Amino acid sequence: MTDAEAHAQHAGLAHQFEDLEQQQEADALGIWLFLVTEIMFFGGLFAAYAIYRWLYFGVFQGGSHILDIRLGAANTVVLLGSSLTMALSVRSAQTGNRRALVLFLVATMILGGIFLGVKAYEYNQKFVEHVVPSLDWAPEGQTLARLSPGGLEHAQIYFFFYFAMTGLHALHMIIGMGLLLWLVLRARKDSFTPHYFAPVEVVGLYWHFVDIVWIFLFPLLYLIGGRY
Amino acid sequence: MSTATLEPRVHAPRNYLNADYGWKSWLFTLDHKRIALLYLVSITFFFVIGGSFAVLMRIHLVEPQGALVQPETYNKLFTLHGIVMIFFFLIPSIPAVLGNFLVPLMVGARDLAFPKLNLLSWYIYIVGGLFTLYSAIAGGVDTGWTFYTPYSSTYSNTQVTAVAIGVFITGFSSILTGLNFIVTIHKMRAPGLTWFRMPLFLWAMYATSIIMVLGTPVLAITIFLLALEHLFHVGIFSPALGGDPLLFQHLFWFYSHPAVYIMILPAMGVVSEIIACFARKRIFGYKIVAFSSVAIAVLGFLVWGHHMFVTGQSVYAGLIFSLLSFLVAIPSAIKVFNWTATLYKGSISYDAPMLYALGFIGLFTMGGLTGLFLASLATDVHLNGTYFIVAHFHYIMVGGAVMGYLGGIHFWWPKISGRKYPNMWAGIAAVIIFVGFNLTFFPQFILGYLGMPRRYAFYPAEFQVLNVMSSAGATVLGVGYLIPLIYLIWSMRYGPVAEPNPWGATGLEWQTSSPPPTENFAEIPVVTEEAYAYAPEEAAGD
Amino acid sequence: MSQPIVPQKTYLMVFLCLIGLTILTTGVAFIDLGPYNTVAALAIAFSKMLLVILFFMGVRHSSGLVRVILVAGFFWLALLIAFTMSDYRTRAWTPAPDSWSSTAPPTHP
Repeated sequence: MTDAEAHAQHAGLAHQFEDLEQQQEADALGIWLFLVTEIMFFGGLFAAYAIYRWLYFGVFQGGSHILDIRLGAANTVVLLGSSLTMALSVRSAQTGNRRALVLFLVATMILGGIFLGVKAYEYNQKFVEHVVPSLDWAPEGQTLARLSPGGLEHAQIYFFFYFAMTGLHALHMIIGMGLLLWLVLRARKDSFTPHYFAPVEVVGLYWHFVDIVWIFLFPLLYLIGGRY
Repeated sequence: MSTATLEPRVHAPRNYLNADYGWKSWLFTLDHKRIALLYLVSITFFFVIGGSFAVLMRIHLVEPQGALVQPETYNKLFTLHGIVMIFFFLIPSIPAVLGNFLVPLMVGARDLAFPKLNLLSWYIYIVGGLFTLYSAIAGGVDTGWTFYTPYSSTYSNTQVTAVAIGVFITGFSSILTGLNFIVTIHKMRAPGLTWFRMPLFLWAMYATSIIMVLGTPVLAITIFLLALEHLFHVGIFSPALGGDPLLFQHLFWFYSHPAVYIMILPAMGVVSEIIACFARKRIFGYKIVAFSSVAIAVLGFLVWGHHMFVTGQSVYAGLIFSLLSFLVAIPSAIKVFNWTATLYKGSISYDAPMLYALGFIGLFTMGGLTGLFLASLATDVHLNGTYFIVAHFHYIMVGGAVMGYLGGIHFWWPKISGRKYPNMWAGIAAVIIFVGFNLTFFPQFILGYLGMPRRYAFYPAEFQVLNVMSSAGATVLGVGYLIPLIYLIWSMRYGPVAEPNPWGATGLEWQTSSPPPTENFAEIPVVTEEAYAYAPEEAAGD
Repeated sequence: MSQPIVPQKTYLMVFLCLIGLTILTTGVAFIDLGPYNTVAALAIAFSKMLLVILFFMGVRHSSGLVRVILVAGFFWLALLIAFTMSDYRTRAWTPAPDSWSSTAPPTHP
């Protein structure tokens, strides 16, 4: 190994580890365990959702039909695209391509931003239609007509889950955006080499997880019972 | 009592305690041993707070109509006693103090896998604790530590949101600790330290960490939903608005039952270490005990419905949970039998750690057996909501977990502090604690069987004698807890200097100096022996 | 994390599959399959998740330990949902007596 390589190898080695390989394995294990905690965290919310969807299916179906399926589907595509760019950025770090790494990270951030923007618009629409539980609940006109067949009495529960699940997801995305920015700044300072790019990989795994949550949120919230 | 030698600090060899001075070297430390001490001080503080609430309760209960406080205040006392003791003392105690200190030493590593996360864990714990203290000062909470809805979400006008935030935040401390331990045990074992050569304390920490990682996030989301419901009254837990209060209970107990295994498994690990050392014998059935730890962790997730037998759960779900609750007792019983078999024909010495371990075996067994009464649907109908339950879980939590914790502190104190404490006082304190504990909680089994409800600020006059007995016991118990506090602090300055292995114990932590240097080992050790390689004919105590 | 370098083309193909599945699930939502709408939606979501996990998250090349951890996480979530749901599903098997209805008038003063 050349001096430069040896230096690069030791550059990121923490004192408690014997070698870089042990550190990388520990980092990988650590982030996967963290993702498991996130599975259980969101999972509790999904469990509560599952119970109420079973108890009040009509209400959930009616509420689902208020949502704009085109925006939901478009946002799904956007987020999947951001996962692609994220995977490509990790690959760029693996191959030592600093320019591509930065570009793909920025692309991921842009796509994430678009997602959040559309989400913000959708949230605003809920206020316009007065279907925000407890804060602004007064559905009328067309909205009321579409909600009524499912039953109005427990309709707030569906919208509670809509806001709680997409809100928690959006919070995770915002944190992800912050992590991506941090990566961009570090990447531009040449912090990553083909031997040491663990932070990119770790943030990548986190980002993909957040994408997977949305992969489930889209059908569970927007496509309940079909729209035939 | 041995003659105290005051060793001048300037001649003490370099170790983690004197490596650096000043508050910054402690509050910004990344050394797992210093972080363990930060936790030691903090959890002792919360133990005193939680204990004070208990003292007030026991004083109040000497009179059938209540001797001290208004019923509303009494409700706040038992709520905060539970919250503080469970989340801020018991759950962190052994993992965050003894685990943090010992796991790297026992695996033969220089630190945990993620030292910065370790420090962050402690800060998160402190922030959560501050929120809880605030909620106590700003009016308290009266929902019971179980926060049952719809009272907590809709009707209570106490500081539910503040304490919910406190518990939510502290949960992440638990998660990070568990994550750190799992990665450390998987990836940082010294050469030659195979899984089945690890001390059983490590197996216990591993099993505990699995529970912390899988269960705590569900508590977090449940508390989050509770806070949202408390703030916005949407109806997810409120029957009047179409919600089901039982859903809260399902989500809450999915964590909170495994949480009791978070509290007991580490204590079982400590007991294994102590029994092996003070019987000078390998733990009987090492592999079975190791597997039992993991079995308890896994099975412990399948029994939560036994807290809901009488709150409206379906009978059929109750049947399944009841059966599984009987099953989870089996690995615990296996451990008790194995410890007992270890003692048989062992060369036993009765130093303070051993007194705590023996006390643990007896008291945990009683607590565990009474759990079977409660796991049985029919008897639980009669016993639920009574003092029988209170006695049951205190036998396990205090008679078990706290005695295990104290035993561990006494066993590893020379390693942690570099000093020895007076064995006579330690023994006296252990006996006082044992007597005080039984006097406090055994009458409560009888009270519960006779029908005295729990969480009540007053009771029928015929229960007074037993209540007074219980309160008297609490006084003895309190004195018992005070004594170690005094001599352990005393020992840090005046205790005889400890050698690297004062007990003649096996394990990598005893191969380095007392206290250890910051980097733990001059050279990473290589393990060639099985665990607990005690020679049976070796005399007790070196 | 010394994983083999995956060709860009592979990532692109996976992405296109994911888009295809998204179009599929949206399209299926406009066809009446009764209860099977939910089954189809979940099955498609599950497949998308598998693609992301195996390819984007590199689990195809990861160690057995990581796979065990991942499976354990999902299994535990399944336990939570299944056991909780079993309570709700079986409550009706022992219906409460009529006199227990909360809207019934009190039977004694």
